[in-house]
Amino acid sequence: MSGGGLLQLSLLELSERLRAREVSSREATLAALGRIEATDGKVGAFLAVTADARAARGERLGPLDGVPLAVKDIFLTKGVPTTAGSRILEGYRPPYDAAVIERLRGAGAVLLGKLNMDEFAMGSSNENSAYGPCRNPWDLARTPGGSSGGSAAAVAARQCFGALGTDTGGSIREPAAFCGVVGIKPTYGRVSRYGVIAFASSLDQVGPLARTVADAAALLQVIAGRDERDMTSSARPVDDYRATLEAGAKGLRIGVPREWLEGLEPGVAARVREALATYERLGASLVDVSLPHTKYGIAAYYLIAPAEASSNLARYDGVRYGLRTAGAKGLRGMYAATRRQGFGPEPKRRIMIGTYALSAGYYDAYYLRAQKVRTLLRRDFDRAFERCDVVAGPVTPTVAFRLGEKVDDPLQMYLADVYTVTCNLAALPGLALPCGLHAREGVPVGLQLLGRPFDEATLFRAARALEREQGPLPPPRGLPA
Amino acid sequence: MSLSLDEVRRIAALARLELSPEEEAVLPGQLSAILDYVRQLEELDVSGVEPMTHALASGDAAPLREDEVRPSLGPAEALAAAPAREGTWFKVPRIIE
Repeated sequence: MSGGGLLQLSLLELSERLRAREVSSREATLAALGRIEATDGKVGAFLAVTADARAARGERLGPLDGVPLAVKDIFLTKGVPTTAGSRILEGYRPPYDAAVIERLRGAGAVLLGKLNMDEFAMGSSNENSAYGPCRNPWDLARTPGGSSGGSAAAVAARQCFGALGTDTGGSIREPAAFCGVVGIKPTYGRVSRYGVIAFASSLDQVGPLARTVADAAALLQVIAGRDERDMTSSARPVDDYRATLEAGAKGLRIGVPREWLEGLEPGVAARVREALATYERLGASLVDVSLPHTKYGIAAYYLIAPAEASSNLARYDGVRYGLRTAGAKGLRGMYAATRRQGFGPEPKRRIMIGTYALSAGYYDAYYLRAQKVRTLLRRDFDRAFERCDVVAGPVTPTVAFRLGEKVDDPLQMYLADVYTVTCNLAALPGLALPCGLHAREGVPVGLQLLGRPFDEATLFRAARALEREQGPLPPPRGLPA
Repeated sequence: MSLSLDEVRRIAALARLELSPEEEAVLPGQLSAILDYVRQLEELDVSGVEPMTHALASGDAAPLREDEVRPSLGPAEALAAAPAREGTWFKVPRIIE
């Protein structure tokens, strides 16, 4: 039906066609907006048309005004189902918006929908979603990475112009690397976690995924900053990322951790080394640094994150929201039956590990020791940043792996996080950007840049210098253009 | 080290999780493999190392706000997603037999 014909329908006639799926809401809305544009200069009925009218008057709210975005399904969206990828929250409609959702709406962004993810952000392949896997737009047989797999895939597939994810141990950077997009995990405390479904509260952080470095910087500019509803949100002023974005790599000291290139898959190593050589050519200096505790990162992470998760996930008990399993005996029976039915295998494993590590007699040996190792990891970075401005290396040990390849071996899946977890444990900012395609596999390789606490501006500057030099990736070849 | 089925059941009870027979078959092995892996932390000498108990350096934390009443969710909104409710209460199965 033509836009003109559509506009002749009555409200209830349109409603019937929407119900019968002869017309989409989008078609109807676009037709109305087109009519407003064509006629309202004569009629003057509208005082405000969201986004478009402001744009016409040169009064845009900012760079996100009118831009279609989508967000990981871990952010509370008032009245819109929010599941965190779990059956235990199926059908849950939150009573308020997360702080970052308020910020995006306030900036005029159009929110297109909620994106697939590993259940409660636990996973590195998006295969732990209770709602089916998400696929990599470069090769539909491969995973998009996780846990923000839907966010990276949607941005790479050009389904939206940018997205938000969360990163607890690599969940923004790993999928960004696998899907060939830019993703940043800001410093812990840079972005409010208010209204973000909690996984591991001392590690969780919100960040953007986008197709360019400048896009990611524009998104972070909007969501970063103090929010008094999050106790851990920092009062530090937010830098103007655009001011230094194009400052180039000249003079930057880039630390290359010697432990990170040992044993790296050769095809990934080749692209990472090329990127480092490009930085040198652009006038940066490469500095050999050591992060000697890197190899303990995964072990520390897989104690601290499950311990915090076992506590955070205690709230899913069938009382205040989400699933309740009927028929069990008594209150305790209802709790246990609800949690059996509602949680998938990975949250259950982590609840079990976390409960064990926190239980009487084991706390000192596991959780407390892991927190001390966390201090050692932070000291590694503090020492490295005395000699460099940015640390650079791989995001992941391999390119995107195939669906099903690691699902039966949880420990193998955990090892995919070896280069990303230390950034969260040390509470630093970390950015992933594409640095070319793997020569044999034909899918993207990511470069990871880590910075000093709250120095996201230098990460954007360094990332932009490389992006400008290497140019954009071709569109992903797993989908029609 | 390996976790026995009895130990797995004890942890599940602490976590208020009921396990299926399939889960009882795979979890002892999977959890033991993970615990074996994380035990490599024992190689490190951590004597004299302070645990990192806050992710935010003290200078970066915001001051606490005044302890004053602020608007919050009303009973209707807070109860809207509850699986069962009665009046302004969450309703749960009988606690005392």
